[in-house]
Amino acid sequence: MMASTSTLDLTVARYRPERESEPSFQTYEIPFRKDWVVLDALNYIKDRLDGSLSYRWSCRMGVCGSCGMKVNGTPKLTCATFLADYMPGPVRVEPLDYFPVVRDLVVDLTDFVRKLKRVKPWILREEEKPPGEGEYLQTPEQLDIYKQFSMCINCMLCYSACPIYGLEPGFIGPAAVALAQRYNMDSRDQGAAERLKILSEHDGLWQCTFVGECTKVCPKHVDPAGAIQQYKLTAATHWVKSLLLPWGAR
Amino acid sequence: MSSEPHYTLYHPRWYRRRVSVWWWLRKWSYARFVLRELTSVFVAFFALVYLWQLWAVAQGPAAYAQFIARLKTPLFLALNTLAFLFVLFHTITWLNLTPKAMVVRLRGTRVPDAVIIGLNYAAWLVVSGAVAFVLLRA
Repeated sequence: MMASTSTLDLTVARYRPERESEPSFQTYEIPFRKDWVVLDALNYIKDRLDGSLSYRWSCRMGVCGSCGMKVNGTPKLTCATFLADYMPGPVRVEPLDYFPVVRDLVVDLTDFVRKLKRVKPWILREEEKPPGEGEYLQTPEQLDIYKQFSMCINCMLCYSACPIYGLEPGFIGPAAVALAQRYNMDSRDQGAAERLKILSEHDGLWQCTFVGECTKVCPKHVDPAGAIQQYKLTAATHWVKSLLLPWGAR
Repeated sequence: MSSEPHYTLYHPRWYRRRVSVWWWLRKWSYARFVLRELTSVFVAFFALVYLWQLWAVAQGPAAYAQFIARLKTPLFLALNTLAFLFVLFHTITWLNLTPKAMVVRLRGTRVPDAVIIGLNYAAWLVVSGAVAFVLLRA
């Protein structure tokens, strides 16, 4: 295949903590290819123009969730963002908002990992049955109820799109709530009450004021905004029940 | 697992960007969100006008006539129009968001968003029609 001769300016945020106190921008001229995504362009820069550029990536097919960056101001998976959609350019690539920048386009995700652990995203049982009794079975209909939320790849685009997370860094955040909901709605799980307690705390779901951008940027159509609103409904119903009937809320 | 990020020689200075107070001007969808939050002020305004009306009714016909006269001043006409537009904006955006919070499943499949929104609009029209009927009957 003949390579196209046209070029494109890619402006990339650089931050080298050992020699600068805040990020700057560097522009690279790269060849434009119709089938290239932003990640291909970054790899081109790293291989041919500037080996010092740092960024994260792994699967390059929208599964691993490593290559989330801001492209022209919008959080995107760079492996699924075609340069052709931004022609004639320029294209500006920045690290995700609201996370501390480690270097260039690499952000630190410790905060999310800690929050994710808090919502106990695994199947909780009041009592485990012995392995000899077999698996916990589930029908396709039961799977269908939570499947959408299980598609989350922890790419952090939703956190980067959420101004509430930016303003209130304690907020547990969209993906953590969506993943809590994924287990709450799983027919094999019995931990909904335990998670509700955690998520009803001050930094939990009530911090969300429903900006809705998390859902718009989600590359896997998880709809975290929907998960949070449904959870609010559950929490409110639970609260009313516990108020009216002393035995109503489990 | 330690709860705080561990700083090492290799991560000496992480850069944290501050959120600008003008973050909501960066995108139309953010601005629309802030406008929607602002609608609460106009909902409160209508509630206050309503309380004022109740007070005027309790004071007698003269006070009520004065209340009506006040409402007819250009200032109140303008304020009421503005408040009405904001409350309308609030209602429409609210109804459009209902399927996010309400997941209804019928015989195993999820009821489409458009149906939920449509039913909410229908209920809104019925209630508005009933209120209009009561008010305009006389």
